[in-house]
Amino acid sequence: MVDGSANTASPKGPLRRFLDLPTDSTAKTLFVAVTLCLFASMIVSIAAVALRPVQEENKLRDKRINILQVAGVYDPAVSVATAFEAFEPHVVDLRTGEFTDQFDAATFDDRAAADDPALSRALEDDPASISRQSFYKTVYLLRDANGAIDKVVLPVHGYGLWSTLWGFIALEENGNDIFGLQFYEQGETPGLGAEVDNPRWKALWNGKKLRDDNGDLQITVAKTQPAAGPEYYVDALAGATLTSRGVDNLVRFWMGSDGYEAFLNKIKAGEIK
Amino acid sequence: MSQTRRELLVDPLVDNNPITLQVLGICSSLAVTSSLKVALVMAIAVTLVTAFSSMFISMLRNHIPSSIRIIVQMVIIASLVIVVDQLLKAYAFEISKTLSVFVGLIITNCIVMGRAEAFAMKNPPIDSFIDGIGNGLGYGFILMLVGIIRELFGSGSLFGVTLLQTVNNGGWYVPNGLLLLPPSAFFVIGLLIWAFRTWKPEQAEEREYKIQTVEAH
Repeated sequence: MVDGSANTASPKGPLRRFLDLPTDSTAKTLFVAVTLCLFASMIVSIAAVALRPVQEENKLRDKRINILQVAGVYDPAVSVATAFEAFEPHVVDLRTGEFTDQFDAATFDDRAAADDPALSRALEDDPASISRQSFYKTVYLLRDANGAIDKVVLPVHGYGLWSTLWGFIALEENGNDIFGLQFYEQGETPGLGAEVDNPRWKALWNGKKLRDDNGDLQITVAKTQPAAGPEYYVDALAGATLTSRGVDNLVRFWMGSDGYEAFLNKIKAGEIK
Repeated sequence: MSQTRRELLVDPLVDNNPITLQVLGICSSLAVTSSLKVALVMAIAVTLVTAFSSMFISMLRNHIPSSIRIIVQMVIIASLVIVVDQLLKAYAFEISKTLSVFVGLIITNCIVMGRAEAFAMKNPPIDSFIDGIGNGLGYGFILMLVGIIRELFGSGSLFGVTLLQTVNNGGWYVPNGLLLLPPSAFFVIGLLIWAFRTWKPEQAEEREYKIQTVEAH
């Protein structure tokens, strides 16, 4: 009875009563702030959670397209997932050059691994300016119709002038001839350093060799041809001295003894099939 | 209502343009105008954010305490920007890679805040929405003008379609590299403002000083 009379005395609900408070009162201010924050955070979380699967899909697809492109088998008419089935991902332990079963190669994230103290090391001699290097990298083998290795795609990265360049280098089955180099993420100067994406410059890498007959790493990006000969030399980008130097450093670092050398030696010796 | 809805939509294009008249939103117009495709997506994103944030703020305008009104506006704008950013990452991945941080920085775009504070706090939701669309279009219009100049003469293409074959790709056109760098947008926007104010002299600001004539003794 008492409750009933209270209700008839004020027919407005609690929300209505709150909204009718003077706008600048403390209670109303707190009410507006809290409600708005709750509401906004709900909208934002819903958007983030609902769209995450599509976003992850995009990232994966983008990476795969780059791997297909660097190996020269990208065809926009063929679905990326189908085309990518030709590639065989493996996680390589850089210290031994052998494949490891410790991780699932399809999901292993070598970029994140570089920040994990258990999986990486701080570099003292660091020509590519990457400060930490993961012991484990995901490499991709492309096989020909007979099941023999056709191409090897290796992830590489290093610092240019403004940004870290992230890319892939594709090698022929002998582990010494370069098929292509491509960066999928870089923030170099447009028109100068960003010309690392220029197809004409990327084409220069095709057919170059990493090492000479004595096994010395000779590949270089420079303004003038070094003594080793034209097959080890890629002309530097005009007007982008520091970006070119960065590319030179990162290719030499990753192909050298701190990088994939042990792995490439095994490919060369035919120990990895 | 002093302005009709048509005026709300059309005025910001030339007569009350947020970039050339109010000189707001310059930062992002430097960053995203080196290619037209990116400029177009940025213009659409800013238009949507301005329109919807103005509408929501206007719907709440009688309940927003004046002591926290800027924060309330920021929360609404920031939430919308995050949603736009997430949508771009999901459905326009390539472009979101190029826009990178600039979508997030729509939050700090003075045009969005300016419309919220100057218009949406005092006008009904539908008018505020139209005002937001109009100002977004005014911003987009200048972005496209700057983008056309920068992409055509900086990379010899429009919307990525090569019109002037550059020397790097075996053609004849030597691109102007300066136009691809952010400072060039300053020059282009400056020249545009000059052109607009020559065309419509009433847009020119009054001098803050007065040249006085002194009689020679």
